[in-house]
Amino acid sequence: MNIVVCVKYVPDAQAERTFNASDSTTDRVNVDGLLSELDEYAVEEALKIVEAGEGEVTVLTIGPDNASDAIKKALQMGADKGVHVIDDAIHGSDALATSLLLAKAIEKIGRPDLVITGMSSTDGIMGVVPTMLAERLGLPAVTFASELTVGAGSVSARRDGDVASQTIEATLPALVSVTDQINEPRYPSFKGIMAAKKKTVDTWSLADLGVSAAEVGLDAAWTKVTSFEARPPRAKGTIVKDEGDGGAKLAGFLAERKFI
Amino acid sequence: MAEVLVLVDHVDGALRKTTSELLTIARRLGEPSAVFIGSGFDAAKEGLAAYGAEKVYRVDADLSGFLVVPQAEALAAVVAQASPAAVLVASSPEGKEIAARLAVKLGSGLITDAVDVQSDGAGGVATTQTVFAGSYTVKATVTKGTPVIAVKPNSAAPEAVSGAATEVAVAFEPSALAQSAKIVSAAPKAKTGRPELTEAAIVVSGGRGTGGDFSKVEAFADSLGAAVGASRAAVDAGWYPHSHQVGQTGKQVSPQLYVACGISGAIQHRAGMQTSKTIVAVNKDEEAPIFELVDFGVIGDLFAVLPQATDAVAVAKA
Ligand SMILES: Cc1cc2nc3c(=O)[nH]c(=O)nc-3n(C[C@H](O)[C@H](O)[C@H](O)COP(=O)(O)OP(=O)(O)OC[C@H]3O[C@@H](n4cnc5c(N)ncnc54)[C@H](O)[C@@H]3O)c2cc1C
Repeated sequence: MNIVVCVKYVPDAQAERTFNASDSTTDRVNVDGLLSELDEYAVEEALKIVEAGEGEVTVLTIGPDNASDAIKKALQMGADKGVHVIDDAIHGSDALATSLLLAKAIEKIGRPDLVITGMSSTDGIMGVVPTMLAERLGLPAVTFASELTVGAGSVSARRDGDVASQTIEATLPALVSVTDQINEPRYPSFKGIMAAKKKTVDTWSLADLGVSAAEVGLDAAWTKVTSFEARPPRAKGTIVKDEGDGGAKLAGFLAERKFI
Repeated sequence: MAEVLVLVDHVDGALRKTTSELLTIARRLGEPSAVFIGSGFDAAKEGLAAYGAEKVYRVDADLSGFLVVPQAEALAAVVAQASPAAVLVASSPEGKEIAARLAVKLGSGLITDAVDVQSDGAGGVATTQTVFAGSYTVKATVTKGTPVIAVKPNSAAPEAVSGAATEVAVAFEPSALAQSAKIVSAAPKAKTGRPELTEAAIVVSGGRGTGGDFSKVEAFADSLGAAVGASRAAVDAGWYPHSHQVGQTGKQVSPQLYVACGISGAIQHRAGMQTSKTIVAVNKDEEAPIFELVDFGVIGDLFAVLPQATDAVAVAKA
C-alpha cells in the first residue's frame, strides 16, 4: 500500500498571527511555524497502515523554504520520503490552486493507493482542500474519519455526524481526511530523528509539475481578500466573585440583557 | 435579474433554518432559486415559497446512502442550465464538501464560512469572514467563475417573502465516481430535545471543570432553552459526545449567548465561540483566560453557581 500524506506548514496558533499588509496574504515568514498539528494525525495513520502491512509513506507539502520543517517532522516520525513543492510564483495561492498543485504532484509521485490528509489546516478555516484534491484526482473522498480500516481494494471509516455515527466505505484508490479523534500521534524517537537525516526530500518547481505560473499564486487566485481588520478587543466585562450569590447575579445579568 | 441558486438544506423534506437564511441572502443578490435534491419535496415546497424562492429545481433522485459527490454533480447540472449569478450553500461540513467539488467542476472561486454576503454593486458578491480564531475580520470577493459561497448558520435574519416556487424538473444520473463511496450503516444519535448546537440562540458548554458531571450544565441549558456544548478536554475524557465539541476541531458556534462553565479558554476553544454576541463564564480560577473574553464572569464553583442560576431563571420565567 503506497500512501501520500499531504501536510502543511502553518503559523503557530499560540503566536500572534497576522496578514502581510502589502497583499493581504497570511504572514508565513515573520512568525514561528510548525507542522500543522492536525496533519500529525494523518502522518500517524499512514504509518500505522504501512507498519501493519507493507508499502511506503511519502509526505508532500507546498510552501516556502521553512515549510521543509513540516516534512522533516513527518520523516522523523517515520515517513519514508518527502516531496516539497516550492516556487516563488506559488505565494498567495488559494484553495483551488493549492489543490491543483497537490494533484499534479501526486500524479508525478505515481498514483498512490491512498491519499491521507488532516481534517483542515490550523491557520486557514476552509477545510476544503482535501475534497478539492479528490475531485481533481477523480477519487472518492472519505472525510472526517475518526476510525479507519483498510481492506483489500477498499477502506472503511467511522464518521461522527450530528444526527448519526456513520460507517462509510470507498473503493481504492481513495482520499481520506482524518480527525484528531483517530489516533495519538507519536513523538519522533531519537532513532527516528537520526534516520530522517538520511531520507530523501525532492524539491519540485512549477516547471517540474508542468504548471504555468499564470495558473497559481495571488494574481491567479479565484478569490481576493479586499480588506482585513483586527477585530476590536472585546470591551472588558463585569467579573464578580461568588460569595453565595454568584448564580443569582448571573441570572440578573441575563435578565438585564433580556435573555430571560 | 439573474438567478441565485440556493442548495436546500433539509432532512427528508424538513427544511433546516439555514435554508430560509440563504434564500433571504439570495434575494439581496438576484432572484432566489432553490435547488432541492433528494426525497421529501412535497413537504419542503411550501417553506421554500414562503421565503421567496421564485423557482425550485427538483432533482428527484434517491441519494440516501451516497456521500456528497452526486449532490455536487446535480448542482453542477443545474448551474449549467440556469447560469446563475452565484450559488449559496450552508457552511456545514457536508455543504462545504459539496461547494468544494462544485467549485472545481465549474472552475469557480469558493468562499466558505461567510458570516455576511452582500452584493458588491457590480454584479459580484462581497463576503465577510472571521479568521484566526476570530481575531480578524476579512472581506473578500470571488474574481473568477460563478461565485460559490458557503454561508454559516445565523448569518441573516430570515425574511418571509412569498415566491412563485415554480417547479423545474432536472434529469440526473449519478456518475460511477459518485457510487464509489457509500454510507453502509448509520447509528442514529439519541435525540436530546435540545436545539442543534450550530443553530441555537444560546449555548451552554461544560469543560474539564465539570469533572464528568454535566447534569448542572444541562439543567442550566434547559432552563434557558439552550444547546449543550463541551470542550475537547471533556470530549476526550469521554464525558460528552464529540458532536458537541466546540472549537477548532469541533463546531464553530456564533450564538447570541455563550456560557462557558469550567472551561479555561484555550485558543482552540476560542476558535469555536469567540464570535458569540454575548459571552459568560463560570470558572473557579480568576486567572483563566476565558475571563478576557467575557461580558459577564463569575469566579466560583460551577456546582454552586449553576444550580442557583438555574433556580433564579426558573423564578424569573414563572
Ligand atoms: C490541534 C488541536 C485542536 C484542538 N481543538 C480543540 C477544540 O476544538 N475545542 C476545544 O475545546 N479544545 C481544543 N483543543 C484543546 C485545547 O487546547 C484545550 O486543551 C482544551 O480546550 C481544554 O479544555 P478545558 O478548558 O475544558 O480544560 P482545562 O484547560 O483543564 O480547563 C478547565 C477549567 O475548569 C476550571 N474548573 C475546574 N473545576 C471547576 C469548578 N468546580 N467550577 C468552575 N470551574 C472549574 C479550571 O479553573 C480550568 O480553568 C485542541 C488542541 C489542539 C492541539
